[in-house]
Amino acid sequence: MDTGNLALQYLLSGITKGSIYAVVAIGFNLIYSATGILNFAQGEFVMLGGMVAVTLLHFAPLSVAVTGAVVIVALGGCLLEILLFRRLRNHSVLHLIIITIGLSIVIQETALHVWDEKVRSLPYFTGNEVSSLQIFGAAISPQVVWVLGTVAVAVVLLHVFLQYTLQGRAMRACSSNPEAAMLAGINIRNMRTLSFGLSAALGALAGCVISPITMTHYEMGAPLAIKGFAAAILGGLGNPMAAVVGGLLVGVIEAVSVSQLPAAYNDVAAFAVLLLMLFVRPNGLFGRPGGEMVREL
Amino acid sequence: MKPALKQFLPFVLVAAVAVGAQVALRLLEMEYCLTQLTMALYYAIVVLGLSLVMGYAGQVSLGHGAFFAIGGYTSAVLTTHDFSPFNATAWAQGLKQAHVFVSREDLYGHAVVSVSPWAAFVLAMLLTFLIAHLIGYPALRLKGQYLAMATLGFGLIVYRMVLGSTVTGAADGINGVPEWRLGFGLTVSGKSALRVENYYVACGLVLFWLVLLGNLVHSRVGRALQAIHDRETAANAMGINTASYKLKAFVLSALMAAMAGVFFTHYTAGIGPSEAGALKSIRYVALAAAGGMANLWGVLVVSTGLNYLSLRGLFGSYDHAVFGVILIAIISLAPEGPLKPLGLWIRKLAGRAFKSPAERRPEHGTA
Amino acid sequence: MALLEVANVRRSFGGLVALDRVSFRVHPGQIKAVIGPNGAGKTTLFNIISGLLKSDTGEVFFKGRSITGLKPYQIARAGLSRTFQNPSLFLHMRVLENVMVGRHSRTRSEFLGCSLRWPGQPEEERSIRSAALAHLENVGLAHLAEVPAGSLAFGQRRMAELARALATGPELLLLDEPASGLNTKEKRDLGQRIRRIRDQGITILLVEHDMTVVMDLSDDILVLNNGVPIAEGPPAAVQNDPNVIRVYLGGEFKHVAASPEP
Repeated sequence: MDTGNLALQYLLSGITKGSIYAVVAIGFNLIYSATGILNFAQGEFVMLGGMVAVTLLHFAPLSVAVTGAVVIVALGGCLLEILLFRRLRNHSVLHLIIITIGLSIVIQETALHVWDEKVRSLPYFTGNEVSSLQIFGAAISPQVVWVLGTVAVAVVLLHVFLQYTLQGRAMRACSSNPEAAMLAGINIRNMRTLSFGLSAALGALAGCVISPITMTHYEMGAPLAIKGFAAAILGGLGNPMAAVVGGLLVGVIEAVSVSQLPAAYNDVAAFAVLLLMLFVRPNGLFGRPGGEMVREL
Repeated sequence: MKPALKQFLPFVLVAAVAVGAQVALRLLEMEYCLTQLTMALYYAIVVLGLSLVMGYAGQVSLGHGAFFAIGGYTSAVLTTHDFSPFNATAWAQGLKQAHVFVSREDLYGHAVVSVSPWAAFVLAMLLTFLIAHLIGYPALRLKGQYLAMATLGFGLIVYRMVLGSTVTGAADGINGVPEWRLGFGLTVSGKSALRVENYYVACGLVLFWLVLLGNLVHSRVGRALQAIHDRETAANAMGINTASYKLKAFVLSALMAAMAGVFFTHYTAGIGPSEAGALKSIRYVALAAAGGMANLWGVLVVSTGLNYLSLRGLFGSYDHAVFGVILIAIISLAPEGPLKPLGLWIRKLAGRAFKSPAERRPEHGTA
Repeated sequence: MALLEVANVRRSFGGLVALDRVSFRVHPGQIKAVIGPNGAGKTTLFNIISGLLKSDTGEVFFKGRSITGLKPYQIARAGLSRTFQNPSLFLHMRVLENVMVGRHSRTRSEFLGCSLRWPGQPEEERSIRSAALAHLENVGLAHLAEVPAGSLAFGQRRMAELARALATGPELLLLDEPASGLNTKEKRDLGQRIRRIRDQGITILLVEHDMTVVMDLSDDILVLNNGVPIAEGPPAAVQNDPNVIRVYLGGEFKHVAASPEP
């Protein structure tokens, strides 16, 4: 009975973390679809969300702090696109990726100087570290419900946005055929900015909601980016909804490896999944096996 | 100037600067600076190899810190591990006969049996060769952005593994790595008495690779790599096995990084997990970009200079941020490398400075 | 024996059939043209023959050996070279270096040999250079050898690319719309050049829109329409083929179809 319980705990932990990876993956997909760029700095949005919210908490109640953080980081994402990427239209995609790498370092180090290396966290949204709900015999922290709930709602809203609203459809048009979209009167540049802003907002929200559980510290962005990318590749790059499945899978795989391997190696599983996917099935579980979009000649 | 002379001129200049730097530091009684300079030179070798892959083959690798670490850790582990418990076995005796195992004294004066540095070096190269093929073969078939991610993932795996395992000393890394008698009276060692000698050993290694890469770049292979970078499909259509060439360039650069790692480890008598980290790997990319990627001399100068300043602590707590900013600035403003535009800009300024005031006045309309 | 044999090649993209059961032969010493309205599948055919694209079904034989599914570089080494519709020179390299790359498959020095300058490598390097220079002289571009390829005019890029393809020492040369973008004089020169290439023993297969060039130059013509071969034969026969005339109704064939009925 006990091992079953333990397994359930691990599974839950995997799903919780996995939903964060899913959000990062969705962010990747949004920007990739709209611009072709793989945004290495994706994980930093998550980190910034948590950090900014922690600071705002000094001046405002939790709900305002979280909302404020999301808005601020979203604006930051938009500004990034406007100030930097908009001017670099003539650069090859490879150059742009290198720039996002540099960006992730700069953001990380700036965070270090603004907030120092201490680990911070938001308070539990409801209850505290020891409160728990009993669901199917497993003890679940209410924050986990917050995480899963928030991510689920965000994903559904995003799906509705992309499928049913004019702006959302315009974004999808941009990603599948930029030239045609331009001819149809869609402002590509604004779409790109919007994709950055949305990605940043989603990341920040995830960062806030996961903060009580995993803590927030300035270095958390990079591993998140890799795992989020692994999730995005698992689902097939460019497919935001499949990224959700990818994220959950990565989270669960990581949880399994944590239960079997020494603690130091718990990141290795996720990275290994990434490599495996890239080498064997780069178009993801739901894509064509040929890897045409991802492979060279 | 005769073409043959022109070819040698950069080498002569750099050699002169190298010697001049050492002499100057001795005169200024700042010879301890040679230590950081030597380390910066070893790092420069990694960047040179990376510039072959990035500047010529056009592939971005974010995993070269991992290869440096694989080289360094392999030789560190093998030369510090005590194999005495196996002394009685036949294979241990055999290896002793073959001079692979040597008896020596460790830091505390205990008698130990470990692998000789030369044998460890060869093993490190073989291991790197193998791993570079294993990672490179599937990774290089991916488009640029995915290759970057794959190498980053590979680097992170290596980092976590050396950080997490006791064999590699976990977070403390490995210390007490013995010196390496190269032969010809040269020893790679951190002893201050051998500081000048080791500086020139590093210079020599750098020179060796500069010559080799220089030859390569101006040859059939170099052109093939450039063609691949320029237009891979057309290169393939012209009979170049692009996959094989990309892999070979990658493996060569990995071997260079690992070799630098081995020398570095014997020089500093140790190695730590940070050498494998993503930040180091990204720094190598930044330096290759800042040096002009395809410009070997530029890469050498920029890389050595910036790493030296970094090692001397010039950038303080902003050390990593500086390289991030450099990366962004260079790639946004001068993606092919800043040295050419910089040179042109200087020439423009110089030209203006030497014009007469009349020529300098802007034209007032046209006749 | 046919130098090139295309057998039952079929290729579709999604729902669109680009090539449907295309079969034909090219004989040594021929200048053969593939023509057809836009979208007829001509470039797709070239891409399949030269290995850039895989056919869904069907095979391609070169010198009796199947080259179906081989990579482009393997096909190039076998003696089949091509030019592209948009000249695909290596723009960051100099013109001469571009042509020198053409010699790649006929030379051997590898990483070790080149970096250490082993015996034989410097001589091979010299021979590459002189061969490339000779090819450049043949197309009249020797004076632009040290210029970056990106600074060439369009017509010059065409010629440089031709020189590069010739440097590979091919037995069969595929020319993808060599006359497009050229003026009348340049087209005449092109025609002469192609004939001279054939006289040197190289077989030519070209895709072309300009009917004057095609009719003037080719020994044999294959007409494609919507991926299907509708006629094949010498220029006179093709010009008078009712299927062909119908397909080009009111198009370039007007002036040649005006010849008297047989």
